[in-house]
Amino acid sequence: MTSPSTPFPHRHLLGIAGLAPHEIRYLLDEAEHWVALNRAASRKHDGRLEGLTQINAFFENSTRTLLSFEIAGKRLGADVINMHAAQSSVKKGETLIDTAVTLNAMRADVIVIRHQSSGAVRLIADRVDCPVLNAGDGRHEHPTQALLDALTIRTRKGSVEGQIVTICGDVLHSRVARSNMLCLTALGAQVRVVAPPTLMPAEIERYRVAPFHDFNAALRDADVIMMLRLQNERMDGAFIPSSREYHALYGLTPERLALAKPDALVMHPGPMNRGVEILSSVADHPEKSAITEQVEMGVAMRMACLDVLTRRSRGVAGWA
Amino acid sequence: MGMIAIENARLCDPAADIIIDGTLLIRDTVIEAVNPATIPVNAERIDAAGLVVAPGIIDLGVFKTDKPAFHFGGITRAALMPDTSPTLDDPGLVQHAGRGGKPDFWVHPLAAATRGLAGKDLAEIAMMKAAGARGVATGRAAIADAGVMLRVLRYAAALDLTVVTHAEDAGLTAGTIATEGETATRLGLPAAPSCAEAIAITRDIALARISGARLHFRLVTTAEGFALIRAAKADGLAITCGTSPAYLFLSDAAVSDFRTFARLSPPLRSESDRQATIAAVADGTVDVITSSHDPRGPEDKRLPFEDAAPGMAGAETLLALSLNLVREGQLTLPALMRLLAANPARLLGLDAGSLTPGAPADIIFIDPETPWRVDSRKMAAAAGNTPFHGLPVQGRVRKVMKGGIFY
Repeated sequence: MTSPSTPFPHRHLLGIAGLAPHEIRYLLDEAEHWVALNRAASRKHDGRLEGLTQINAFFENSTRTLLSFEIAGKRLGADVINMHAAQSSVKKGETLIDTAVTLNAMRADVIVIRHQSSGAVRLIADRVDCPVLNAGDGRHEHPTQALLDALTIRTRKGSVEGQIVTICGDVLHSRVARSNMLCLTALGAQVRVVAPPTLMPAEIERYRVAPFHDFNAALRDADVIMMLRLQNERMDGAFIPSSREYHALYGLTPERLALAKPDALVMHPGPMNRGVEILSSVADHPEKSAITEQVEMGVAMRMACLDVLTRRSRGVAGWA
Repeated sequence: MGMIAIENARLCDPAADIIIDGTLLIRDTVIEAVNPATIPVNAERIDAAGLVVAPGIIDLGVFKTDKPAFHFGGITRAALMPDTSPTLDDPGLVQHAGRGGKPDFWVHPLAAATRGLAGKDLAEIAMMKAAGARGVATGRAAIADAGVMLRVLRYAAALDLTVVTHAEDAGLTAGTIATEGETATRLGLPAAPSCAEAIAITRDIALARISGARLHFRLVTTAEGFALIRAAKADGLAITCGTSPAYLFLSDAAVSDFRTFARLSPPLRSESDRQATIAAVADGTVDVITSSHDPRGPEDKRLPFEDAAPGMAGAETLLALSLNLVREGQLTLPALMRLLAANPARLLGLDAGSLTPGAPADIIFIDPETPWRVDSRKMAAAAGNTPFHGLPVQGRVRKVMKGGIFY
């Protein structure tokens, strides 16, 4: 179900895996003019998704990503409906497949899904007629986060290619890290991955990244430092001794930041544990922190994805 | 009843090294003779038309009595794992389960080693033996507590029952569903290192050594695990092991589309472990090939990978997939039938699994060449959860005789 002649031939956006570098670049290019529109002081409405129904089906709690997708859809004129698992029949034992069939029967035009199980979004995508965007599935992928991160780097640094990017934190449980490793290496960045040995996945080097346990060593000459949230809710209790010790080894402090390039960029997908993985003085650094910019790029990136994926159903010339 | 002469057969006796052409004579429910000097005039004559005639398969460790699938696969007896609902931890339940397939299929229940398979208190193993249990099993999981496992082994040894155990360390595998490695990392699946198997085997071999128990590792899947079994056998311990076609012919790459039909326990391993499994079958380290038949419907499998139940429907494909080993030269056909019939019979203390005169007339007619394609939508099993969907295979059972009667 793909149209190979278009610059983005995929029906869904389920992950970065499977995307060619030029397809990733195409999505980034598309996002750029949405950045300009969003920054305009006047009305930010476009309207090209008018009459389309966008369902945000979030089976796992989220504030930021859900809000970002909701704003993106509304700016494009879609009718956006948010479905929270806590309020849905999922809690009453309905299977995910039943939910997918139900959403499909309601004739959604695009579905955005977040789910706590790896692979769950694909399971739904296989059973609906409309495009599906993965807003995070388990530890597997979170493609729009990786795209918005790449867009942020490209905007600030001019290019992703050749940049030394250090990703630090709970890589084992992180879909953000997985999507970013795929996206950044595809775009030609040199990626270093830092985690305590208990939070590093096996055979990580297969992603063509350099693994580190020593944060200081991994920071040397870095152009970009991408911190991951220490996902306390995913911990069974035994991965790290304490947040205090974690901070001592892997917290981003001004002293550590000084090991990176002078113009290094600090990023974080949020929400931050201030004082654990990152100190406020770094997170709020006026020049080096790109954390609020990431949020801004997030809306533009999601507008681009919603636009591109619905072109076929909207009958856009060359895409139908 | 009476006499039946199966003529023009390629007789595959697991006790022999070669296939003998000729006639198998059946009297009532037992085998009377191989190539008798004369065929009694009152014998009913059946032309096997050159098919292989072998003992029926004895499947050591299935999770459901699924007769249509067993019949298709040439399985005439199976040892039923105690992980049923309710758990086979009570003599009455064991007796009931043992009647489950008769007359055309015999179920040999395995008694739960511990009450409710909780891994804590010994179940009534002696009473279950009296009720027909042919072995003791720890269920889908190992017994985490080594003290409990030692008591199970000692108790079972005194009752002359084989203990069937699951070889995965509980601590390492807690909360995991895959083998640590590139596939699990890319898919974001919680994973345990494959040495979880070797750790469990090491412990249980040490316990078997001091208890004198007969211990059977139901599914061994790693190079390290096989090395330990090999060494224990060389030491003269009564240690045996099995594996299943899934570990012989699939690696963890099979889960890379989040295919829940390939979610198994133990999980699929690396390609090098898969090759080690084939080598272990070829060199005699593996005693048993089991289907580990566990049909699971959509309510268990049409779920996100992490939430899906492990297990595969394997009864129908057990023989056809195992025949690959014969075609590839790893085993002779009689040697394969030792893994599929004679060895399981021995471990369960059954006088079956051979063509020896006096053995029960549980016979299958095998056409080893017929090609067919595995189709999960058209299976005889209670559910079509096979990870081999679409695979072309060769070899099919044409006739099944149980206790002297064709079914």
